[in-house]
Amino acid sequence: MNKILIDLQHISKSYDGQLILDDLSLYIRENEFLTLLGPSGCGKTTTLRILGGFETPEQGKVMFEGEDITKVPPYKRQVNTVFQKYALFPHMNIKENIAFGLKIKGKTQNYIDDKIKYSLKLVNLDGYENRMPDSLSGGQQQRIAIARAIVNEPKVLLLDEPLGALDLKLRQDMQYELIRLKKELGITFVYVTHDQEEALTMSDTIVVMNQGYIQQVGPPEKIYNEPENAFVADFIGDSNIIRSTMVRDELVNILGVEFKCVDVGFGTNKPVDVVIRPEDVILKEDESGKMKGVVSHLIFKGVHYEMEVQANGFEWLVHSTKCFPVGTVVSIDVDPFNIQIMNKPEFEDEEALKIDG
Amino acid sequence: MIKKICRNIYLILIFVFLYAPIVTLVVLSFNKSKTRAKWGGFTLKWYGSLFTNEAIMGALMNTLLIALVASVVSTLIGTIACISIMNLNKKMRSVVMGVTNIPMLNAEIVTGISLMLLFISFNFKFGLGTILLSHITFCIPYVILSVMPRMQQLNPYAYEAALDLGAGPVYGFFKVILPEIMPGIASGFLMAFTMSLDDFIITHFTKGAGVDTLSTKIYTEVKKGIKPEMYALSTIIFVTVLILLLLVNYKPLEKRQKTDKEVKEAVKVGG
Amino acid sequence: MDNHKRNLKILGSPYYLWSAFFIIIPLAMVFYYGLTDRSGAFTLANIASIIQTEHIKGLFLALELSFISTVICILLAYPLAMILSARKVSSKSFIVLIFILPMWMNFLLRTMAWQTLLEKTGVINSVLSFLGLPVLKIINTPSAIILGMVYNFLPFMVLPLYNCISKIDENVINAARDLGANSLKVFTRIILPLSIPGIISGITMVFIPALTTFVISKLLGGSKILLIGNIIEEEFTQASNWNLGSGLSIVLMIFIIVSMVITEIFDKGGESNFL
Repeated sequence: MNKILIDLQHISKSYDGQLILDDLSLYIRENEFLTLLGPSGCGKTTTLRILGGFETPEQGKVMFEGEDITKVPPYKRQVNTVFQKYALFPHMNIKENIAFGLKIKGKTQNYIDDKIKYSLKLVNLDGYENRMPDSLSGGQQQRIAIARAIVNEPKVLLLDEPLGALDLKLRQDMQYELIRLKKELGITFVYVTHDQEEALTMSDTIVVMNQGYIQQVGPPEKIYNEPENAFVADFIGDSNIIRSTMVRDELVNILGVEFKCVDVGFGTNKPVDVVIRPEDVILKEDESGKMKGVVSHLIFKGVHYEMEVQANGFEWLVHSTKCFPVGTVVSIDVDPFNIQIMNKPEFEDEEALKIDG
Repeated sequence: MIKKICRNIYLILIFVFLYAPIVTLVVLSFNKSKTRAKWGGFTLKWYGSLFTNEAIMGALMNTLLIALVASVVSTLIGTIACISIMNLNKKMRSVVMGVTNIPMLNAEIVTGISLMLLFISFNFKFGLGTILLSHITFCIPYVILSVMPRMQQLNPYAYEAALDLGAGPVYGFFKVILPEIMPGIASGFLMAFTMSLDDFIITHFTKGAGVDTLSTKIYTEVKKGIKPEMYALSTIIFVTVLILLLLVNYKPLEKRQKTDKEVKEAVKVGG
Repeated sequence: MDNHKRNLKILGSPYYLWSAFFIIIPLAMVFYYGLTDRSGAFTLANIASIIQTEHIKGLFLALELSFISTVICILLAYPLAMILSARKVSSKSFIVLIFILPMWMNFLLRTMAWQTLLEKTGVINSVLSFLGLPVLKIINTPSAIILGMVYNFLPFMVLPLYNCISKIDENVINAARDLGANSLKVFTRIILPLSIPGIISGITMVFIPALTTFVISKLLGGSKILLIGNIIEEEFTQASNWNLGSGLSIVLMIFIIVSMVITEIFDKGGESNFL
């Protein structure tokens, strides 16, 4: 494990009396690709802006390599930001945009020229020195924004939904590009997005946030496969979230039927939430499954079919490569290791969100 | 087709309506007869005697001086005020903008007399100074209202990006914000200058005896008959502005077309 | 950053002080003078004097003439704004040419020039009689004042209207056509409702200066026609009765405020972006 680079300690921030971040603590390691993921208004952008120095938290400290930088203004931080809508300076050409930070630091012209060349090569836009920002496409502008930030050799690059304005195909290309860049530069990336797929693809660590609180921190696989609560389960990918009862260790009662599972330590006869990913629901044409149901909806999605199955009063979302036409009577089964047990949420907001979702 | 002809005829009619008085004035400036009622033959003598007419030249100087100082000062105060207004909360902002709108929406005569009462009550000495203060007052709103939209259109992240890249607040403002709001400042300045130049009503109430701008001079001459030199002067001003406008309007167009081409060529050559 | 923001706010203080001293206090003085008599005692007499025959006549005539002028301005400006917004490309320099440039010819002179044009033996009548048409006798009549108002304030109607109409998304109009609206329907159901904010701000921009003018009536109306503006002006420059002049100004401001309130109601949320 790399050493800790940034340590956010008990950060609170509110706007106009509304609490945006509540006692948030988080550390970011050197050379990590960390993603802040959550719906809009969850506080992820505010967290990023606190890291960049554009906001000062009301409470708490921002530690950078063991030094308190909470009140250090943005222009004195070893951190650079790639902004949401690129924020290129429209009246300067690409060269001038990239040179902006270097000129302030008083670098020599030779150094600056080299850096411009190097950074443009890095983002695959060599030869664009004299173009104006508005003559570039969105994707190109984004690359320039990245180039402009990284020439300053920051220890941390902050990216605020940088791909949000791009179309799907471009977004996917840029994801690979960013991973490559991160590897070549060997610096820390802190990335903000509301797109769970982006987060899963690129991150070393994902921080799922909601309403100013961190819901779960962990590597992508863990977040996806073992969501800690209903919010995370619901936000990351599609899922069936079912109120159930933990009968005892390794046995859970879902909708009146007992399923084997692998989780222990939830007590006996305790109400819990169960998460089952749609691709983990097994449909059988015969009655060998645990629960009988009827297919009520069918959509072809390309790689798989998406179906809704009515069974024991619950509408199951199922992804399968096999097609079961509407009206087919099926039976449902789930492998024990695909049943994820979660404690009931602790506060009401979460509950409300779960029901909405 | 008929529609198009109708449109053009309409435009021409409006054009004639707006320019008929101006043409009249230009014609009068070449009129040998001293009264504007009849045509006495072509002459250029008014253009000659204009420059020796001290009263008119004095009024012209006053007018230009006031317009220049008022527009420069109001542009400075107004632009700086915009930065501040942008950072106010919603309530304060609407209060400030409400006050800013008063001189624009209120009747000029009321603005004029209100300033006159102010100057009297505070024992200001009426003269160029009071005119100047009044002009700055009614010019600032024009500056604010033309700079404000530019400020609002700014990408809010551009300034932060500058700070992020190491620029201090002042450097960031001059390098990133100022160039972006420059067109707004320029049009605000021009608007202020024009309004100050053309103002009569507010000047009428705030000038002292013996001090005249072109407007007030013309107003006092209306009864006795306007000196033909005045027509000559107006014609000169008008033609000068017309030429300036033509120059300014054609230049950016050429430039715009050029930059694209130039950039492409530069990329080819330099890259 | 929060400190930074506070510093930015302080930058505005020269303007805030300026507007307090040169906008708020002067207005307060008008109210002070308007609500007191010469000895400084409170009175409503100055305001009440509006009902004197001469004053009320001046007010009603001003209301009548400025109302007519405003209507004429709308009727002239609307087609103009539509034509200009249809031309898109070159219209900006055209607008400058047609409206901004004339402002550089002194407005008193321009208005005066109408005297020359309208006189009994003036240019227009010479042309008319040459063509065998009846001559106009409108100089020194209310009609001449209306003409002067329309001439001076037409730009203030065209500009907001043009701004409003040229901002209408072409696809909205296309959508209306697509849904079966003919040109008339497109105009009455789409363009007209969407241009109401422009009309409203145009109305205030024309109506208020027209209502309060004293110059146009003096230059084109001869000395016999007195509008409320002329009466106020004379109280200040000749009669030196500031209290009475201020009182009448308050009445004038009440009319201005009423018309602004009406504007606000119609133009909810719209900013005054006529420039």
